[in-house]
This record gives sequence, C-alpha cells and structure tokens, in this order.
Amino acid sequence: MTSKPTRSVTVQGVTKLFPRAGVVGLADVSLHVPAGALLALVGPSGSGKTTLLRIIAGLDYPDTGAIRVGPEDVTNTPARLRGLGVVFQHYALFQHLTVFENIAFPLRVRHRSRAEITARVTELLALMQLDGFAARRVTQLSGGQAQRVALARALAPHPSVLLLDEPFGALDTEVRHELRAWLRALHDDLHVTTILVTHDQDEALDLADHVAVLRDGRLEQLGTPAELTTHPATPFVEQFFRTHRTRSHSIPWPDRTSSAQSPPPSSSPLAFTRNKIPRSPRQSP
Amino acid sequence: MPHRPPHTLPTADPLAVRATLIAFAIAAFVVLFALPVAIVLAGAFRLGLAHWAHAVADPATGAALRLTLTVLAAAIPVNVVFGVAAAWAIAKFDFPGRAAFLTLIDLPFAVSPVIAGLVFVLLLGARSPLGPWLVRHHVQIVFATPGIVLATTFVTFPFVARELIPAFESMGTSTEEAALVSGATGWQTLTRVTLPTTRAALISGIALATARAAGEFGAVAVVSGHIGGRTNTLPLALASSYESGDTSAAFAITTVLLVFAVVTLAVRWTVDHHSRRR
Amino acid sequence: MTSRARRRILPGFPLAIAITAASILLFVIVPLSTVLATTAQLSPSHFFAVAFDPRARAAYSLSFGASFVAAGLNVPLGLLFAWVLTRYEFPGRHILDALIDLPVVLPTVALGLALTSLYATTGWLGAPLAAIGAPIAFTPAGVTLALTVIGLPFVVRTIAPVLSATAIDAEEASAVLGATRWQTFRHVTLPAIAPALVTGAALAFARALGEYGSVVFIAGNMPFRTEIAPLLIMTHIEEFDDAGAAAIAAVLLVSSFGLLLLVNRLQRQTAARAGLTLQPAG
Repeated sequence: MTSKPTRSVTVQGVTKLFPRAGVVGLADVSLHVPAGALLALVGPSGSGKTTLLRIIAGLDYPDTGAIRVGPEDVTNTPARLRGLGVVFQHYALFQHLTVFENIAFPLRVRHRSRAEITARVTELLALMQLDGFAARRVTQLSGGQAQRVALARALAPHPSVLLLDEPFGALDTEVRHELRAWLRALHDDLHVTTILVTHDQDEALDLADHVAVLRDGRLEQLGTPAELTTHPATPFVEQFFRTHRTRSHSIPWPDRTSSAQSPPPSSSPLAFTRNKIPRSPRQSP
Repeated sequence: MPHRPPHTLPTADPLAVRATLIAFAIAAFVVLFALPVAIVLAGAFRLGLAHWAHAVADPATGAALRLTLTVLAAAIPVNVVFGVAAAWAIAKFDFPGRAAFLTLIDLPFAVSPVIAGLVFVLLLGARSPLGPWLVRHHVQIVFATPGIVLATTFVTFPFVARELIPAFESMGTSTEEAALVSGATGWQTLTRVTLPTTRAALISGIALATARAAGEFGAVAVVSGHIGGRTNTLPLALASSYESGDTSAAFAITTVLLVFAVVTLAVRWTVDHHSRRR
Repeated sequence: MTSRARRRILPGFPLAIAITAASILLFVIVPLSTVLATTAQLSPSHFFAVAFDPRARAAYSLSFGASFVAAGLNVPLGLLFAWVLTRYEFPGRHILDALIDLPVVLPTVALGLALTSLYATTGWLGAPLAAIGAPIAFTPAGVTLALTVIGLPFVVRTIAPVLSATAIDAEEASAVLGATRWQTFRHVTLPAIAPALVTGAALAFARALGEYGSVVFIAGNMPFRTEIAPLLIMTHIEEFDDAGAAAIAAVLLVSSFGLLLLVNRLQRQTAARAGLTLQPAG
C-alpha cells in the first residue's frame, strides 16, 4: 500500500503549567523521535505524558517550547492541519456513524472521491482484520474491535505520525497482549513514526524502539529498552523497571534501534500473520 | 403443599401501596387533563361533524392558521440559529460570565406573556421613541405581523438552547477532538459530528418551541391589537369566538390547536423512544 | 521561543459567542430594560401610587397567593406522578409519561377554555361542585386550579430524574438496615429529593405568576376579586396607560427574576453537592 513518507518528531523545551490547579504539567521537556521509530512515553499518572501527547497532537498548547514534525515547525499550526493520526484511550468513535463511515470520516472532510474513499476504507478494514464489519454500528463493537476501528480512522488519511494515548488502557489483559503484538507487527509493516503513551512498563519495553520516562513533568531518561533496563540514569528509572527486569531478564532484546529494517522472517514470534487474532467473543458493554 | 414466597425486593413498595398510588395518579390525570380535553372534543362535535368542519373551514380560521404558520416560519429558525450558537459557545468552552449567560437565556421563561407584548409596544409602538420615525417611513411593526413575530421570538427564545446545552455538555469534547485531528473544520465538526449526536435534543427543542409559538396568546394579544381577520393567530381567533359567544367555533378551533399539541407530543415521544433504544 | 496565549482548540468560539451575545442583547436585555426605563420615567411617588394602588394590590395578592398555593399543591401531586412513572410498571405508563407534558404543549387559551367549560356551573364537574356550594369557575379557586394544571409538568420533570437516578442504593442500604418502606421514604428518599422539590416548586411558581391565557377565562376577571396581575397590565395597555402598565410589569418582573436567580443558585448548589468537579488532565 502506498503511504506518504513518514516524518520525525522533535519536542523542544516544552513547558506547560496548570496555574488553576497549581500543578506543573511539563517542565522543559525535549526529545526527538527518528522517522519510522516507535517511541513509548511512560510514567506514573500525573507525569505529563498525556499532556505532552496532546500538545504534539495540537489538542493543547505549550506555554513555551516548540514542536516540529520533520523539518516543519507546527507549534502554531491547528490540529487539523498537522497531518497526524490520533487514537484516543476511549476510542472517541462517532456513535451515530457505522464502522465504514467512521473510518471514512477523515477522507470525507477532505472531499475525496467516493471511489478513493471506498478503496481506502476497504483496505484498512482488511488490515485491521475487520472485514465484514463495514455496516456495523459502532455501539455493537467489543473494546478490541472499537480500538482497531479508531486506529483505522487515524490511519485513513496517511498521517505522517501516529499518536496513541493509552490505546489498550480500557481493555482486559488478554486482549491487551494480543493487540500489543499485533500493533508492533503493524508498525513494522507500515513504518509510520509512532508515539505511544502508556503507564504499563512491560508494554513500553515490549513494543518500543525508544522509551522516554516522564516523572512530574520532567524527562527522566530517553533510550532504548535495553539501555533503560541495564543502565538506568536515575533511581526512579531503575525502580520503575525493576519488576520487569527481575521477571524477564533472561530474554534478550531483539535489536530494533534502526527504523527502516523489514521484520525478520515468520519464525519470529512477533511476525505479522493474518488470522492470528481471534474475533473477540465479547459484546461491547 | 409447596408454598412459593412472594419475591419482593426490599426497595419495592407493597402491592397495596402501589395500587393505591397508581390509582390516585390516574384519577388525578383524568380529572386534571383528560376530562378537560374530553369536554372540548364533546363541545366541538356536539352539533355534528358537518358543523365542526364548517367552523374549521371558515375563512377567518384559515387566515388565522396562515398567520400562525407565517409567524412560526419566521420565529423558529431564529431560535434554532441562536440555540445552536449558544449551545456551542456555552457548552464547549469555558469563559468568565458563562453562568450569567445561562441565567440571561432563561429570563424569558420568567416573564409573563403580557409583559412580553408590552415591551414591544413600548419599544416599537407609536408612542415609543422610535414611533415617529416608524410612522414617517410607513413601517408598521406593532399591530402587524412583524410585531407578532418579534413577540413570539422573545417568548420562545430559550427553548432550543435549553434542550441543546445539556446535550452538548453531556457528550464531552473528545469526539470533537477526534473530528478535528481527523481534519475537519469547525463547521464540519458541528454539522457532521456534534449536531447528529445531539439530534434528539435538537428536535425536542424545536418541537417545544413550535408548540409554544403556535399557542402563544398573551403576548400576541397585546401586540396585535385584536384586529380580527387581519392580525389574528389561531389562539386569538379562539378567544374572539369565545368572547363573541360563538362557543362551538371556539371549540372547533381548540381541536385544531389540540392537533398541534398531540403532534408535538408524538414527535417528542418518538425521538425519546429512539434514543432510548440505542 | 514561542509566546503562548490562552488559545482555544475547538474553533468557532468568537462567532458563536458573538451571535449569542447579540441575540441576548437584542431579544432579552433591550426589551426588558424598556420596561424598567419606562418605569424610571415616573417619579417615585407616582410609581408607588400606580404600582400599589388598591386594585393592583388585590391583583398581586390573587396572583401571588394563587401561584403559591398552586405550587404547593404541585409538590405532592408532582411527586405522586414522578414516583408512579419512575418506580412502577403498569399498562399505559408510557402514554401517561408522554401526556404529562400536555399543559406545556397545549396553547394556554385551549386549556383555559377546556377548564372553564368543565368547571362552569353547567359543566360536568362544575355543576355538582356548585350544587354542594363549592363553585370553581369565576372564583380564586378556579384560578388556583388552572395554575396547578399549568405548573404540574414542571414539577414532575424536575423531580423525575432525581428520583430515578438517586437514592436506590441508599434505599437498599436503608432496607437492609431494617427500615420499613415508609421510614426509608421519610428519612432517606425525601431528604435526597428535597432540593429538586423546592426547585420544581419555584419554577412552577414563577410560571404561574405570569400565566395569562389559561386563567383569563376561568377567572371571570372581576376587579378586586378575580383579576390577576397580568390582566391588570393588559387593562392598563388597553386604556393607553403605558406607564401604569410598565409599573405593574416592573413589580412582576423583579419578583420573577428574584425567583429565577434563586432557582439557578439552588440548581448549582445541588450539582456542586453531587460532586461534579473537574480535575485537570495528568
């Protein structure tokens, strides 16, 4: 499938204060995500990771600092012109539209032709393993299905960057694990720069090429999963990943630091094979 | 002999209490609501269906119906535009003075319709500051259709906004955010996402405003000057018939107004039923 | 380094607030100020002479008195309807639910005509009542009756959401602790819905105060006996006494607005007590 070239994301000196609540949201945070990489933003609640993601998305404005996507400074660009895809924690699907129309929405508001819309939506439904769901009402989906629709909607206009805000936060553990593996495989397939916010350190270490640890609005450390577990920069980082290290320190990390590699052949446990994810038997609440 | 104990929840009222309360409620409803409607229908058809049809088809009634519809066509769109703008500004944003706006929007509710008519006579009548200018330019507002439209718009001002504001608020802002990052402009977000989601509240508000506008009496009585055949809306025609002793005509017009009311109730019930089923 | 002002994310605020403010100005503030401005043209002594002359005072006592009694009657009646509609299942419940709003959607004159026909001395209910010496039509009782019917939907719609949402949990706890249904109702449910009852009654009162169309037929409109305040205003207008009409209107307006402010404050207090406060995102 064709896609626009993906771009890097640079956060430069971003500060965000919440004076009414007396809270510092973000304090002089800077980081860089290379094009095509997957960065996980982790930290305890209140660390500012969601605030930072929303600022990158254009859903909030920093008090100081700049955001660049590729070479372009987007700090003053409105959200709808930044060319980013966002997946919200509680999906934020359009309840009055079908699955097809939800995914088609970004293309309809850009006045694309009917043929183009149908082709792209069908392509995405297949990619998300949601064939046959096109006419389904959004209220009839399970959590995992809804999140895949949200992801398809975000990907529909070929965004240069994908932003995910705790995408698996509202799902049960079993579905989380399945979708986690599937998301990594999807990323390896599509090579879109992805920033993922999560409070789950396992998820971050499992999925990401780079991990940024935030605490009380400050960046504690930015590095690969291997670096963070073997060379934590601060006691907080060490403590944060301690439970993970003691459980799985014997499993070597696959080398995923370069962005443009194609995935290893199917013998890898994370290979993207279709029909691997079973349809969830649960109905949505 | 097997004995099945009654399965009652601790929060359920005893059967005797339930039966009594339901009976009281139905009795109250019959006395306060059903009987009045019944007597109107009885009075309207007392002299037979032909007589009723004749009264309804009377040219004066037709003129009154046309005037009522004209007023509706002018006043309701204004209220819808206002209601949508107010709901968008108040429910989706935070700004100082927001509470004051809410109170101001509710004000026409607390104003007697007679006072509503009075204000427009004071403002735009012959004896008002603008009076001489209006007379010079042959612009007749009071005692003419424009005055009726203005008074009706005032009286129905809050209805659409009052239904939309809570509906806009309860849907939060995350769906609009999703629309924005998907590339929608503000207008596209409003028309493709927000309004379809709150469609039930919008329809309900329009139905209520329409019912009130069609039935408005006090304000229109003041502003129209009662000139029969020219500035009579349906409610005014009803009052005129009654005052001149033509009670069967009065009843006949009441049945027409009853139809309006029942249609409004049916629309609201349907909309309610649909949103509950989803 | 970029400077940051408080920018809004959702577009359209300036346009929306401009339309809103302009409409409020045009359709609420200017008209209502006109009444007060006209009144201000009167000297204070003239104002009091007109606004509080004996006929006006009689009209106020009828309007305020009947509205108060009607609102008071609407509390138990409204509670009855709300209770039966939200807590019980019975055939016809949905129809009853829909028809409660009848006085809101029915034109006031239609309702007034209907009530007058019913309670006139020749009416289905008026005849037997007159026979036992309790005539309704052309008495303050008739005015009160009409106002009660008008206000009922407001009270029901204000109480019903509170009844169904609140208190079931508390009622279960109360039952488990050993209370009878009556005890639970008196000590748990009633206090919980009391704010809604007061708000509903205040709304009904405000509505009844200005009510015109449904009352003028059944009242008979005899000065000093069954003349409501809005009718007195109408009479002044017909006599080309704009200033007098405005003076009485001013008295009614000030009372209604005071009530409305009270209702709004009550509603906000209730919402605050229910713990609806927002936290900033983390």
